Amino acid sequence: MKVGLPKAGVLPMPDARRVFLTSLRRAPFLRSAGLRFAALYAIIFGLSALALAIFLWWATAGLLNRQVEAAINADAQGLGERYQEGNLPALVVTIQDRLAQSIDDNAIYLLVDDSLQKVAGNLTTWPVGVSAADSWFELTVKRGDRESLARMHRFDLPGGFHLLIGRDVGSRAKLRSLLTAGLLWAVLVMVVLGSAGAIAIQSLFKRSLADVSATAAAIARGDLSNRVRISGRGDEFDRLAETINDMLDRIARLMDGVRQVSNAIAHDLRTPITRARTRLEDAALHARDASDLHAAVERATSDLDGIVSVFQGLLRIAEIEAGSRRSAFASIDLYALLSDMHELYAAAAEEQGMHIDLLAKPPLPVFGDRDLLQQAVANLLENALKFSPQGKHILLGAGRLGDRIEIVVADSGPGIPAEDRNRVTERFFRGESARSTPGSGLGLSMVQAVVQLHNGSLRLESNHPGVRAVVSLPAEFSSSRRLAKPAAPPAHLPPAG
Amino acid sequence: MRILLVEDDREVANFVVKGLREANHVVEHAANGRDGLFMAASEQFDAIILDRMLPGGVDGLRLLETLRAQENAVPVLFLSALGQVDDRVKGLKAGGDDYLTKPFAFAELLARVEALTRRGKSDSPVTRLAVDDLEMDLLSRVVKRAGQKIDLQPREYRLLEYLMRHAGQVVTRTMLLEGVWDYHFDPQTNVIDVHVSRLRQKVDKPFPKPLLHTVRNAGYIMRSDSDV
Repeated sequence: MKVGLPKAGVLPMPDARRVFLTSLRRAPFLRSAGLRFAALYAIIFGLSALALAIFLWWATAGLLNRQVEAAINADAQGLGERYQEGNLPALVVTIQDRLAQSIDDNAIYLLVDDSLQKVAGNLTTWPVGVSAADSWFELTVKRGDRESLARMHRFDLPGGFHLLIGRDVGSRAKLRSLLTAGLLWAVLVMVVLGSAGAIAIQSLFKRSLADVSATAAAIARGDLSNRVRISGRGDEFDRLAETINDMLDRIARLMDGVRQVSNAIAHDLRTPITRARTRLEDAALHARDASDLHAAVERATSDLDGIVSVFQGLLRIAEIEAGSRRSAFASIDLYALLSDMHELYAAAAEEQGMHIDLLAKPPLPVFGDRDLLQQAVANLLENALKFSPQGKHILLGAGRLGDRIEIVVADSGPGIPAEDRNRVTERFFRGESARSTPGSGLGLSMVQAVVQLHNGSLRLESNHPGVRAVVSLPAEFSSSRRLAKPAAPPAHLPPAG
Repeated sequence: MRILLVEDDREVANFVVKGLREANHVVEHAANGRDGLFMAASEQFDAIILDRMLPGGVDGLRLLETLRAQENAVPVLFLSALGQVDDRVKGLKAGGDDYLTKPFAFAELLARVEALTRRGKSDSPVTRLAVDDLEMDLLSRVVKRAGQKIDLQPREYRLLEYLMRHAGQVVTRTMLLEGVWDYHFDPQTNVIDVHVSRLRQKVDKPFPKPLLHTVRNAGYIMRSDSDV
């Protein structure tokens, strides 16, 4: 009979492991990058310390071993030669001589006959365990009244004689154990030092990042004035801090722009909206016939069109400033663009009794958005047309200046007072002299936004009289190399007038 | 002309339908994407005016992509509040023929729709354009009026060509700026008017009957009878 035992009573292994791993991952100490780096540091430090200890041990203890063996081999060779020269008596004499000369009393010799009876040497009896011929032994021997560790080699001589040559290695064994203990201590000390270093690294990490995260938290709370502190050491953390601060500056600028725009919308669009509304209300209340009404509606419609175009301008500027339009960037020749603009606007200028002089030489390669650059130049030209007195010349010029291309639009109108020059690129800003002319006060903001999108700059200078607007854009390098022209001398553009 | 309007906003739809009917077009209206797709696929239209954001699970882009996948080549004009450059590019890439952003002037919409249908019909290559006694030979690039040769600058030639290709239809200033100069922004000054009036000096002034007329609040029209 089957009993419905719940199979899930035993937790399946993978589940258990997953639970274990997730709980591990959740453990706060493993989520600290600083601690992970520190642990890594400690492990690497410990492993290298261990490797160093092993090498030291091998180099010292092993070297001692090899020295002993070399000494014994040399001894054996010497004794062998004596044996060949003068047979057994000479060998005995030599052994006794060497024993007498042994200053540090660590040489061991034992010559026995075939019944293991001692003939010469400083060991009392043939040590137990030395059986195989011509081989190495390391064992405790009794010498006189003391026992000590010896390393020995057994040689067999003709006539049943056996010879043991060895060295007392008791002191070496002591040295080895001393060394082992020392190295073990050293490893322990290194582990302690490594851990201390790890903790130091972790706290350094924590301290360096704490400021960044505190700043980010403050920004997230809405305090945009906070910046990451820069230590001045110029290290990686400083560079990170600089990058973050640059980013924050840009965010603050964008936020300012948004705030400024909403203020401007509130102030500057209220007037035309009110005007349109008044017109419609007035027509509804006071229009005497259909044509009155019609005219009022038409005027209100054109007011609304004006408002819409201002909105579109604002949106376009915002779009450009957000930098989303780099997708349309391509290599373009500014010369073709400028001569097209010249052709388009020259007719309009002539209508107003003005002349636009085009002063540019191809090629003027830039990497940018054709539509936006067109619009920027158009805005500058329209400003020039608006403010130039009749019969005057407007200059539309462009030239290479090192690795930059400068576009100049110069008029001889009333100009911009120095105190206004920094503000004219603000949205809706209109100088005193521009108050009476039609326009939205967005033209130069648009130019500024376009120029910034292209990594360029806009300068407004005095043209004595008039305004000289200079747009400086980076020239496109790849195509300038392809054209392989020597750097053109800076174009000196004469003032318009 | 039979036009399908796919637009969910009732005010805008009524306005457009009324205007198009006044201009002697037959208009069908669909208020959501699914109905619009059904009508566009099952009936024959000369043009479709299509909103981008539509209820009913099928938005304007999907609708158009489905139509184009069925090899339906009906001219489509997008009428959308999505006016960013990327939106326009998306609309034109999906197979749209023109793109107009809201808010719009009805004159602009009408001019563009009428221009679209003309574009759709001219399949065979045209080598000669003629309006009344004004002739343009597109191969030799010679313009004559009443047998008399008229000298035009290259840009004046293109302007006249555009106007003649759309003879009998209103052409707005923005259309000229886009079609002749390939500019996509709104100039503050009357640059287009100046160029048109220069063209008029050469094409109309020396002759007794004007062909190039100004349409108030809209743009220009090229046609032989002067009663506009």
